[in-house]
Parts: sequence; structure tokens; C-alpha cells
Amino acid sequence: MLEQFAQLTINGLITGTILALTGVGASLVFGIQRIANFAHGEYLTFAAYAGLLLNATYGQNLVVATAGAMAATAILAVAIHFGVLRPLRGRGLVATSLITVGIGLMLRDVIFMVVGPQTRQFEIDQTAVYDLTLVRISPGQAVAIAITIVVAPAVALLLARTPIGKAMRAVADNRDLAAISGIDVERIGTYVWLLAGALAGLGGTMFAVVQGTFDPNLGFQVLFLIFTTVVLGGIGSAYGALMAGIVLGLAMELSTWSGFAGGLEARFKPVLAFAVLIGLLLYRPQGLFGRARVF
Amino acid sequence: MSDLVLTVRDLRAGYGDEDVLHGVSIDVMRGSIVAVIGPNGSGKSTLLKTIYGLVPARHGNVMLLDEAGGSHDLTGLRPNRITALGVNMVPQLANVFPDMSVLENLEIGALPARERFAAQMEKVLHALPLLRAMLHKRAAALSGGQRQMLGVARALMSDPKLLILDEPSAGLAPAVLEEVFAKVKAINATGVSILMVEQKARQCLAMADYGYVLEQGRNRLQGRGQDLLNDEEVVRLYLGVQRRQTGRARDGRDGPPTPP
Ligand SMILES: Nc1ncnc2c1ncn2[C@@H]1O[C@H](COP(=O)(O)OP(=O)(O)OP(=O)(O)O)[C@@H](O)[C@H]1O
Ligand SMILES: [Mg+2]
Repeated sequence: MLEQFAQLTINGLITGTILALTGVGASLVFGIQRIANFAHGEYLTFAAYAGLLLNATYGQNLVVATAGAMAATAILAVAIHFGVLRPLRGRGLVATSLITVGIGLMLRDVIFMVVGPQTRQFEIDQTAVYDLTLVRISPGQAVAIAITIVVAPAVALLLARTPIGKAMRAVADNRDLAAISGIDVERIGTYVWLLAGALAGLGGTMFAVVQGTFDPNLGFQVLFLIFTTVVLGGIGSAYGALMAGIVLGLAMELSTWSGFAGGLEARFKPVLAFAVLIGLLLYRPQGLFGRARVF
Repeated sequence: MSDLVLTVRDLRAGYGDEDVLHGVSIDVMRGSIVAVIGPNGSGKSTLLKTIYGLVPARHGNVMLLDEAGGSHDLTGLRPNRITALGVNMVPQLANVFPDMSVLENLEIGALPARERFAAQMEKVLHALPLLRAMLHKRAAALSGGQRQMLGVARALMSDPKLLILDEPSAGLAPAVLEEVFAKVKAINATGVSILMVEQKARQCLAMADYGYVLEQGRNRLQGRGQDLLNDEEVVRLYLGVQRRQTGRARDGRDGPPTPP
């Protein structure tokens, strides 16, 4: 039972870190662009196939494939910002959100048309297992750990220490005051889409690699996990999302632990996350770590 | 050669289809403290927001004048451009970054002039020493007075020559209010021109060189601070206590205002 606990903790940390990184991007977009981006999940799907193209078709290793997918998704996010979202700005949260639903559906259909509905996998040995006495990890998980262990601190450092990171947090925190402080909020708006796109790119490839196989539903399946992360962390709060992603990842995995009331059946994991989201929206809409804000 | 630092002419602005400002004109002399008072909803905050480009001007103009006699039309400029020209503002509400530490708030304030950060920080902490002990506290955890000081400190980090304050006394206990006003005077004494909006008309007019009274988005009265303080109408409308009238404040409803 202890071994199961350790295994679930590792699994939860991996899922949680990926969720946290994706969530940081989505949360900053919420805070800075005042957009609930329902297309965010499809950005992850796009990234998974961009990574797969580099990995399976062009024979690049997973690090290069992930970096390529991050760059491609960042460009996609910025292109959609300039092409669609920015011109349609100022129509209210509801209209903009519906537009992102439309963008998401379009992206999903295009991806379906191009790659087809069959499941795919990255070029890694799906049968191999690394046995580390207490826990066992798959090569996919090992890759995810190796990459997120570099990217997560880099993102945290970017937000905590660099002028651009501070400016992003400032705009998310109080847009008008950031502008008065001399920050070009339009430029920061572009940078935040670059960052959110790159992190969605990371999330997409990492989820695909960790799951082993994936299909064009990948992003749709994790969209509401991302939203739960954003709400849990307090909308617009980057640090909140980082913590919330890890908490949610751990909670979902550990809920299946047999020491926890016999353990939830694995297929109920998303239901648990959903219950968390609804409970939050009802009782603590500012999130666990956030403060009340007006939209 | 101009002694003016800011001129606002016939400014109209509002929200949606409604105009809130129906042609407001004010002047700020270089190095002076100018007060704008008026009842709730008379458009004081809207005036400041329009000056700073946060609310678009529908008519009229805002000019910033430099000592060399050059002038910049602020109308239509984005707020960050206005800040780069040597202006800063402390808004009425939400005047700090609550999720950030005091130090980070000051760093954000210095982003336009990052290379001077250390020197400017010393200067600002010297002027507002109470912040020195709480640099690593989250801004959301500060008291009302501390927060107001931080808002002012953040604005001073860009070393502005014109500082705009929207009700710095809002929600403060009388003792703290005195302290905030004393700081404003001290900042002004270092050569920063001040344009401030206030509800606390008496204290504000007492320290202002010149004052304007807004009513329903229009200039109502204007005059030297002391004169407005003694003006019968101002006393009746805003100060509520009968005072000796000197009557030197003049009605500002017709014709462009003239600085003292
Ligand atoms: N964002 C907004 N959207 C719509 N109307 C607004 C907005 N802000 C202010 N108003 C309206 O504009 C008018 C003037 O408001 P403003 O905040 O400028 O007044 P004020 O003189 O600063 O008042 P107070 O002393 O209460 O701060 C009010 O009728 C107010 O309801
Ligand atoms: Mg106001």
C-alpha cells in the first residue's frame, strides 16, 4: 500500500506539473486578456501532433520535438490573437468566450481532417519500465520529468525575477495601474500569448508522451482540468495556478489510492476534478490562493 | 517659458452613450498644488482618467508643457506614453498591485527607468520611510494608510514632474489623513507639481495653491485655495459651516479659466 502511495504520488506530481505549467499560461491569459479561452485544449492537441510530426516523421528526439511543438503552438496562439481575438475585443466576456469556443471547434475539426481519428504514439518504447525499487516509471514519464524539471523552474524564475515576468503579473493584477506605471500593456498582451502558447505546446506533447497513446480528443479531455487549475489558483494568479496544478494532479491520482476509502475507480478521476471545480465556483470563486476580483 | 505644466481645455468624455464631462478646463502651474473638489459623481475621477488616456476624450485637449517651452498633446496617447513624458497618477481605487510585494510594487513603478532604480528607491524610501520596514510584505496585507503611501511611492519611482492624485484621503482615519497630506506637501516641496482630487475639501483647499469646483461634469467655481475656502458658495455647498466671505473666487462657468 505504501508502494502504491509512492507510485500515485509520482504519477500525480508528473500530471500536476504539466497541468500547472499549462495552467499558468491560461491563467495569465485570463488575467491579462480577460478571455476564457475555450480553445486552449485544442492548442494542446495541435502541439501533440506538431511534436509527433517532428518526432515520428522527421526523426527528431523528444526534446527537440517538444521545443518545436512549443514554438509552433506559441506562433499559433499569437496568430489567433492578432487575427481573431484582438480585432473582436471589447465585445464582452460572453461574446469573446463563445468566439473561442468556435475557434476550438474549428481547430479540432481541422486536426481531425488532417490526421484522422486513429490513436498515435511517439517513438518511445511503450513496454519498457524503469524500476526504481519503490516506484516504477515509464520512459514517457521519464522524459516528462526531465523536461519539466528544467522548464518549471525556468517559468517560475521568468515570472518572479525578470522585468517581463513582473510586468505580466502586474498587468494581470491591475491592468490600468500597470499602464499608468509605464508598462505597454498591448505588448505584454502579445508576450502573454507567446508564453501561454509555448506552455500549451509543452503541455500537449507531455500529456501525449505520458499517456503513451493519444488521438485528436487529447486537448478536449484536459480542457476542463486546465480551467479547474486556473480557478483553483485564483483567476489571473500565476503562482496560484502553479500550486493549483500540482495540488489537482496529486489529488486526482491519490483519490485512487486503496488507503483512501478503498480508492476511487480510476475512471472517476475527472469526476473528482469536476466536483472540485463546481464546489469552488459555489463557495470560493476567487480560488484557493486568489483574492476576489471583478470581471 | 511657460509657467504652466498642464492645460486641459473643454474636455468632454464619458462611458457608453453618456457624457460625464461636458467641457472641463483646468490649468496646473509648474510647482503648484491644484485641487479639484466636487460632490460624488461630479466627474472628478473621470476627469483624471481622461487626462491619463484611460477614458478616451471625445472633445477638447490636454497639453503637457515642459520647462523649455515645448508641449506635448496628451490627447489620444496611451497611458504608458504619458508616463514616459514625466507624469504619474495614483488612482482612487486599486492603487497598488495587491498580489505583489511592496518591493515589487516599487520595481514595477521603476520599469520605465530601470537603470536609476537603486537611486530612486533611496529617494522614495527617504520621503516615505514607513515603507522601508515592510518591503517584503504583500501589498494586500497593508493597512489603508500604508497602501495609500505605497501607491504614492510607486508613482514617485518613475520620478514624475507632475503627480496626479485621486482622493488620497479616501477611507483614512483623520490622523492618517493629516500624514498623507503632509507627505503630499513635502513631495510638492521637492518640485513635483500636484493635481489632486479630494472629498476632504477643507484640508485640501487649505494646502492647495489653486482650486476648482466641479459640478455635474462642468467647471463651477475656481480660485486660489484660500479664497475658495472662504467663498460663501463653497462654504455653503461643501464645507457646511458659515465662514467670513471674501468673494474673490470667481465663477468659472463661462469663458476659459485663467491661472492665478
Ligand atoms: N466605468 C464607468 N462606467 C460607467 N459609468 C461610470 C464609470 N465610472 C464612472 N461612471 C459614472 O460617471 C459619473 C462620474 O463618476 P466619477 O467617478 O468620475 O465621479 P467622482 O466625482 O470621481 O465621484 P467620487 O467622489 O464618488 O469619486 C458617475 O455618474 C458614475 O456613475
Ligand atoms: Mg472619484
